[in-house]
Amino acid sequence: MSRRILNVVINGERHELLIEPHWTLLQVLRGQIGMMGTKENCLEAECGVCTVLLEGKAVNSCILLAGQVEGRAITTIEGLGDPEHLHPLQAAFIEHGAVQCGYCIPGMILSAKSFLDENPGRQPTRQEIREALAGTLCRCTGYGKIVDAVAAAAQRMAGKEPTP
Amino acid sequence: MKGFAWTSAPDLAAALRAGSATVAATMAAAPGPAAANAVILKAGGIDLLDLMKEGLLAPQRIVNLRGIPELGRIAEEPGGALRIGAMVTLAQLAGDPLIRARYGALAQAAGGSASPQIRHVATLGGNLLQRPRCWYFRSIHHDCARKGGRQCFAFMGENQYHAIFGQYGCAIVHPSTAATALVAFDASVELVGARGARRTVALENFLLGPEVDLQRENALAPGEILTAVLLPAPKPGVRSFHLRQGELDSFDWPIADVAVVLELGRDGACRRAGVVLGAAAPVPYRARGAESALAGQRIAEGTARSAAIAALAGATPLAKNAYKVPVFEALVRRAILGAAGQA
Repeated sequence: MSRRILNVVINGERHELLIEPHWTLLQVLRGQIGMMGTKENCLEAECGVCTVLLEGKAVNSCILLAGQVEGRAITTIEGLGDPEHLHPLQAAFIEHGAVQCGYCIPGMILSAKSFLDENPGRQPTRQEIREALAGTLCRCTGYGKIVDAVAAAAQRMAGKEPTP
Repeated sequence: MKGFAWTSAPDLAAALRAGSATVAATMAAAPGPAAANAVILKAGGIDLLDLMKEGLLAPQRIVNLRGIPELGRIAEEPGGALRIGAMVTLAQLAGDPLIRARYGALAQAAGGSASPQIRHVATLGGNLLQRPRCWYFRSIHHDCARKGGRQCFAFMGENQYHAIFGQYGCAIVHPSTAATALVAFDASVELVGARGARRTVALENFLLGPEVDLQRENALAPGEILTAVLLPAPKPGVRSFHLRQGELDSFDWPIADVAVVLELGRDGACRRAGVVLGAAAPVPYRARGAESALAGQRIAEGTARSAAIAALAGATPLAKNAYKVPVFEALVRRAILGAAGQA
């Protein structure tokens, strides 16, 4: 089949990529750009480890054709912070010991960011946080500390501008 | 996934031109020549990618509808009816202030569907037109009746999530939760044909049971595009409620869901009721027994309980899904009380 050009903004940077129409966004991020923070597992939108932000909203990159993001903005975990400048969610996950094996954590943090940015300036309930994270599975922690971390980050982020 | 050609339709006319070349998307146990030739018009693509990854569809060309602005709008019509473009996402439906205020059961149904990530991409049109989630239908190893085979494997097999009503040769349940609420609101769908002709069909008539067509779930004609869902203007005193019960607290397909729309008079009596069961039958199941049990009655625990029993009258559960009957009875009772503000 014929390759085509994809224009996409990833973590604020413009990319012009040559893709096959049947590649998913996940395949482009990991295989073509080499950003390994976005994880790969079930490939059918059940586990959430491949979650990225599309125009700020959490989506499963495993079930999104790359062609669907033409001209749009993607944020991956690499675009959130770095070890010197952690995003409040990243800092809270570390402080609350919310990470065990770590495989779900990029998806978990981006799911939480999407939710908190959609509900700015107010403290969500624990039940709301659980529902917001329902599309992202963790097989280590039992979720308790993850919910603690998101609640703490929400408090820190409340009233502040959404971070990139 | 096999390769395919990709095009984006900039407007409806271009989509209709592309769609007129559509070969009926034939499902086959192993993708055959018919499936391989198909042109598919893609909305959010959630179900399409599932079907392609499962090896059930191998389209030659995919036409993306996302760039057509008119399909992505929610607009109030003169007279108060609401027009929801087919490309509006489930997340938009769940969060829209007008839908939450006037068609609460629809916002609840959309907001409880799938996961947050899927709701951000999945569209209302795609949700209504998605193929069934029956595990025999989704398995390339089962040449089931809906795919042109000789038998429905669910009848003698693992049927715990299958239909308890209307299993005429196939025991699927309709996969759309939004449809449960939409039928309760007497919604219609707008369809545009290859030559631009528009027709409007009540959603209840658009969705087809296996007794009408064993291999298709709707009356979409070849080359036709579902462009919008139309909700009638809300009458005074209308209140609604949707409830779902999953097996898990986390996201999953409902084992049962119920939408109730009540038109309450000033005296508190119910003038008209819509009671619809999802995940109960191959199409959203309108519980006429419950609707007539509620008509003229004041809503209270007792009336809700009688209506719930009437709703399940005539159910024909299979070997492993009789548990759904009491689950539905509880949901119908609670949804009636919820709609009446007595939950």
